Amino acid sequence: MEISLKVNGELYPIEVDPETPLLWVIRDVLDLKGTKFGCGKAACGACTLLVDGNSVRSCSFAVKFAEGKEVTTIEGLGTKENPHPVQQAWIEEVVPQCGYCQPGFMMATVALLKNIPNPTDDDIDRNIINVCRCATYYRMRKAIHRASELSQQETDKRVENNKV
Amino acid sequence: MLRTITGLAVIIGILLLVLSVTAKNRPNTFEHSLDVQKESYSVEHEDFDRIIDVLTHQRCLNCHPSDNVPKQGDNAHPHYFGMKRGNNDKGFEATSCTTCHQSENNAYSGVPGAPHWSLAPASMGWEGLSRIEIAKKLLDKTSNGDRTHEELITHLTEDELVLWAWDPGVDANGKERTLPPVSKERFKEAVIRWFGNGAIIPSE
Ligand code: FES
Ligand code: FES
Repeated sequence: MEISLKVNGELYPIEVDPETPLLWVIRDVLDLKGTKFGCGKAACGACTLLVDGNSVRSCSFAVKFAEGKEVTTIEGLGTKENPHPVQQAWIEEVVPQCGYCQPGFMMATVALLKNIPNPTDDDIDRNIINVCRCATYYRMRKAIHRASELSQQETDKRVENNKV
Repeated sequence: MLRTITGLAVIIGILLLVLSVTAKNRPNTFEHSLDVQKESYSVEHEDFDRIIDVLTHQRCLNCHPSDNVPKQGDNAHPHYFGMKRGNNDKGFEATSCTTCHQSENNAYSGVPGAPHWSLAPASMGWEGLSRIEIAKKLLDKTSNGDRTHEELITHLTEDELVLWAWDPGVDANGKERTLPPVSKERFKEAVIRWFGNGAIIPSE
């Protein structure tokens, strides 16, 4: 079956079994390797990406459900020159250890900040429930708060520019 | 002679007792548009039992918690990852039911899914309640979301999330989830007839 997938702003017509997990398509068909396979059971969060801005465990999400929606992976967040506030915060707080789980955490954080721009520790505990085998949770928490500050600064700047 | 009189008295006594219990438990008869046969009292009890056997099965009970924590599996363990009722019975702001549960079961991951996957409202928590208490909650408009008998029939026999109980898919280990002890057809039949006969809850 042909499915038209929009990933990071680009349209990809793909020929695939509609039940195929979105994660497989992202990694193996579109060759976007930033999103990781951890458990394949919607348990670890390594495969987290955004569908229409909402976080989704892509190992447990049939590709047919993404048709006509906007998929965003870690590759679509920002660039080296112009990182997304979440990426910038992760760099500043030197969060990753082995790094394998990090894209999933970062995508979950983007979704969190969209819903709660200034999250409390409780908000973080409830919403960021991915698993990190290297236990970088402490630095991640700091990075999430920092990302919130950076996003706020970006918004303020945009508002300022619009006034000029 | 004396034995015959005593025997008769006992039979009359039993009959009176049965009649009084019957009278006490008969609520206003509900007029239903569906074509249902009025059945004898014992069949109504059988219908009641069939319905409650389903409602107390883990496929149903797991999403009717009394502590805001969804349960999983036949051993009803608390939902992994600290998931709770959250907002609008659908989890938390950025990590909600739909982060993992879609509108269909996922055979790859073993994550169950059905349309509007969510917990039943807190007022419909059944966990820890007796069969009679569950039935009372079901019928009580202050707890059942202001549903009439007609609406309850629709909910119980047509809602895709309710009917998911008979199509629960496989678990994370690829093992088929267990089904309620009554077939979907027999359950629907029991629901329609029980309500049609006045939705009588047996006495406690
Ligand atoms: S790989 Fe999807 S949640 Fe673990
Ligand atoms: S950084 Fe190694 S698993 Fe999270």
